[in-house]
Amino acid sequence: MAYSEKLIDHFNNPRNLGSLDKSDESVGTGIVGAPECGDVMKLQIKVEGDKIVDAKFKTFGCGSAIASSSLATEWVKGRTLDEAYALKNTEIVEELALPPVKIHCSVLAEEAIKSAIEDFQNKKNAAAAEG
Amino acid sequence: MDCSKGHGGPRHLLTPEDPVRTSTSSSTETTVYLDNSSTTRCDPRVVEEMVPYFSQTYGNAHSRSHAFGWNAEKAVDEARERVAALINSKPSEIIFTSGGTEACNLAIFGVARMYAEKGKHIITTNVEHRSCMDPCRALEREGFEVTYLEVDTTGRITAEQVAEAIREDTILVSTIFGNNEVGSLMPAKEIGAVCKDKGVIYHLDACLGLDTETIDVDADGIDLLSMSSHKIYGPQGVGALYVRRRRPRVRLRAVNLGGGQERGFRHGTLNVPGIVGMGKAAELCMQTRDEEKTRLTALAKRMKDAFWGDLDHIYLNGHETERLPGLLNISFNYVEGESLMMGMNGVAVSSGSACTSATLEPSHVMRALGVGEDLVHTSIRFSLGRFTTEKDVDYAVEQCLASAHKLREMSPLYEMVKEGIDLSEIEWKHD
Repeated sequence: MAYSEKLIDHFNNPRNLGSLDKSDESVGTGIVGAPECGDVMKLQIKVEGDKIVDAKFKTFGCGSAIASSSLATEWVKGRTLDEAYALKNTEIVEELALPPVKIHCSVLAEEAIKSAIEDFQNKKNAAAAEG
Repeated sequence: MDCSKGHGGPRHLLTPEDPVRTSTSSSTETTVYLDNSSTTRCDPRVVEEMVPYFSQTYGNAHSRSHAFGWNAEKAVDEARERVAALINSKPSEIIFTSGGTEACNLAIFGVARMYAEKGKHIITTNVEHRSCMDPCRALEREGFEVTYLEVDTTGRITAEQVAEAIREDTILVSTIFGNNEVGSLMPAKEIGAVCKDKGVIYHLDACLGLDTETIDVDADGIDLLSMSSHKIYGPQGVGALYVRRRRPRVRLRAVNLGGGQERGFRHGTLNVPGIVGMGKAAELCMQTRDEEKTRLTALAKRMKDAFWGDLDHIYLNGHETERLPGLLNISFNYVEGESLMMGMNGVAVSSGSACTSATLEPSHVMRALGVGEDLVHTSIRFSLGRFTTEKDVDYAVEQCLASAHKLREMSPLYEMVKEGIDLSEIEWKHD
């Protein structure tokens, strides 16, 4: 048994599974990965002020990829955008005790968080420019 | 698509020495074994015959001066007869090895080095097992020319392709019989006929299939045939190579050197208990192969019907009918293979997903069949065997369906497809 108990728990009981309304202005969506590569993560955040009040994910990928994205949603909830943007993949590696060959899953989760935040900010900037 | 798995991450943590550790289930108790193409359970009847040869009737089969050696040799001779009978060869044409890999290596290197002066061209396919593919690649580096015939989308080549590829300097045609990943069967008999006609040596890698298919080396025109004991309910660590002695007499240059055993083709002390076990395994296969073929065909159909009756977007890889009856390789689109296995409790199967391989490289076999890389990641190989029951199949199906449904709920791809989005139109963000 190589996967840690924490990882298996996230796989069996994924946190914050689901989707938020993509068109909602307070929602940022990040989709990273590719089907050809065997992993695609969709991570969404709902923002009030500069705080992430909700997060959801859906992931196509191995057990590590699913657990990494589940953990990522848990960690970004309640944080400010800056705090969430500063999260590092190595923290995920450590928390889930990812085996070396699975480190790319944590990298993808970090990218998904950043991508969701950037999407939210782009939306906000576009709205401000229009306004 | 560059699927570099190291993008931005701490690459240095990934070294070739790192063991690949991918757990397949949160349950430590695996109850249903559907990975018979990896290895089979040693039949208890085989074990029973082997046991005396460890510490009661022990001896070196090559010792000529005492009864210990003679008894060991007698046991090996009996096993040789049983193995020969399975493929309708003469006992003297069977060379025992340490397994299927060694048999394949000996066949390919042995012919290439013995007949190099006659020609340096070899014909094979692009879906071979590594134990044949890698020797061919090594020979290319030594100056041999290798033609890799391309299979069709069902995983087969035709005898016509072989006929067209044979040249003046072709010394060997080598093909797999039952494919270990997708189960497709090569038309060995037809290929054998072409090789006979053209006077080229034909090696068949029959490590899989001898428990259900009938091969007759004479009628089928096969000159070399590799066998593995542990794929046919015998012990691990033993195999055999059939080497034709008449019409034509095939000669081989040995790969390892030593004490002159096995007619000088394969040096080294014989694994007497293992060989005894392989002999018994061969005998059992010969007695049961026809009924096993029927039984496994029905069991696999039961499994297939259950999956197709419940899930959309699933595909059978390999040939629909010309296949090993117990092997089903299925792509469960939009669900990654490793996670699918993780979600199945107590079921041992294997996956074509790169995430379960040491190299993170998708299978060359699936690629050769033209299976899209997205689908390769979603494939699971179920291989049923002699000890698989209907109950086992039903349990595995139940577990797999539960896992697939759960993971599709989690899959952003399945969600997009349900929303009517064409996934091929999306520009995927990936470094």
